[in-house]
Amino acid sequence: MTILLEVEGIAKRFGGLQVIESLSFAVEAGQVFSIIGPNGAGKTTLLNLLTGIYRPDAGRVRLAGQDVTGLAPHRWAAAGLARTFQNLQVFFNMSALDNVMTGRHRHERCAMWPSLLHTPALRRAEADCRGRAVALLRRVGLAPWLDAEAEAMPYGALKRLEIARALAAEPRLLLLDEPAAGLNATEAREIDALIRELAAEGIAVVLVEHNMRLVMEVSDRVLVLDRGRKLAEGPPHEVAEDERVVEAYLGTTAEPA
Amino acid sequence: MRAAATVSERTAPAAAPAAARSRPGAAGQRRALAGLALLLALAPLAFPNAYVYEVAILVALNAVVCVGLNLLIGYAGQVSLGHAAFFALGGYGSALLAVHAGWPVWASLPAALAAVALIAWAVGRPTLRLEGHTLAMATLGLGVIVSIVLANEDRLTGGPDGMSVPPLALFGHTLHGERAWYAVAAAALWLAVAMALNLVHSPVGRALRALHGSPVAAETLGIDSARWKLRVFVISAVMAATAGALAAHHGGFITPGKASFLHSVELVIMVVFGGMASVWGAVVGAAVLTLLPQLLTVLKDYETMVFGAVLVATMVFFPRGIVPTLARLWGRGAR
Repeated sequence: MTILLEVEGIAKRFGGLQVIESLSFAVEAGQVFSIIGPNGAGKTTLLNLLTGIYRPDAGRVRLAGQDVTGLAPHRWAAAGLARTFQNLQVFFNMSALDNVMTGRHRHERCAMWPSLLHTPALRRAEADCRGRAVALLRRVGLAPWLDAEAEAMPYGALKRLEIARALAAEPRLLLLDEPAAGLNATEAREIDALIRELAAEGIAVVLVEHNMRLVMEVSDRVLVLDRGRKLAEGPPHEVAEDERVVEAYLGTTAEPA
Repeated sequence: MRAAATVSERTAPAAAPAAARSRPGAAGQRRALAGLALLLALAPLAFPNAYVYEVAILVALNAVVCVGLNLLIGYAGQVSLGHAAFFALGGYGSALLAVHAGWPVWASLPAALAAVALIAWAVGRPTLRLEGHTLAMATLGLGVIVSIVLANEDRLTGGPDGMSVPPLALFGHTLHGERAWYAVAAAALWLAVAMALNLVHSPVGRALRALHGSPVAAETLGIDSARWKLRVFVISAVMAATAGALAAHHGGFITPGKASFLHSVELVIMVVFGGMASVWGAVVGAAVLTLLPQLLTVLKDYETMVFGAVLVATMVFFPRGIVPTLARLWGRGAR
């Protein structure tokens, strides 16, 4: 299997607080790799380090073999990365369809003169882009919201809109930041099925999630983060039985035997 | 109700027929552009004298500047406090090349526009990489410098008294008369509106709105914010310079006052008044705020006071600007 994401000894410090400490791991194509940990473990910081929003103090990140450490986020996207956000980052000034069409930015020939003149080539490209966006909206179950303005959509639909927008970028590596948060059980199961399907298509999925049932069901590997360090890493059932993980989650030491 | 929208719909044919859906609102946009063409063509029927033609030309050229400036303010989210400088540089550039270098106007005008594009690029490139309102500061500085240079280089520019500008001539025909000039200004306005609407509804326009909606998400989708902001800034500067050059060749005279900070602020007010992120709003803003002072001259001493009151009242009752607020009241989003 090809390694799509390679993290080598990254570290991040905010003031006196070491948020991420010398962390290394790798994610392969077609793998669902989950990152879990108690609140304040550094999950959000790690995701921002994995998308170029933060620059690590030390260490390197390679995307599909390309060293992207320190590059601007749009360069990471060009290397095949897409993500969703825990606190929604939907384009609320656009329709659902436009949100997803924007996701195709890096596949479009985005040039000034054709855009000003609406050349026939641009119109064809736009029609094609719109068709793909419609298909993606249907795929994540947003068919009823095709023509809706984003600001008029409910929370659960917006979560899926972000996934559709990220998929529009045709990523090789997809980072999902709590995709099931705020969803009901049925909706969460749909996300579950979608994640497995994406992995089967060869996309590497990095999942940060609180919903343990979802994590245990879809993950191939789980990384447990605690206070910025790797506590455990392995297949879900192994990690679930790890004493240190149980301890970190329950916040108590196991009773002496 | 949403239970119907299950993920199982993904089993539906994945590739929807691409051309089956045309852009929502595309037909409405074509109708609006046809309407604008009709309005511009029929308006002269109601023009009683040459003075009204002159006002109409002024309205159209100001609207060209505002449509460009609105692309920058409303879509790229950046403020320019120096667009009057680009307006003036368009006029002065073309006039200087024609008068001192003996260039024909058909060459001096495009050359002036190219020079303005270069200046805008040089100012925008370093500043648009930075966060915040650095562009507003940089353009404010540029405006001040341009005003001072135009006023002080009196051997070239005639100083504060201004300089005369040769008329627009092409293939030996000299453009003169208010009717011909109205046609040119109206055509320029129609083209500016059509191109701005095209840009807004294109991959570039989506990228710009995305940067407005969520800069973080836009960057993670591969949108290079600095690059697109810079391009829109250059385009809006060239549109201002085009209007400025046409105004100068039409008027036959140009003064450094055209580059003043006050003129820059007036242009920004027109855009905000009409409605940000609305191409039609820019046109309405430019039209109303160009006409209003003309109408208010009957009030003599109270003119400025009433003008100010109208501005304040508009911002109180139309906080998003005239066109977006009315469009919202109408119950449909117009862009």
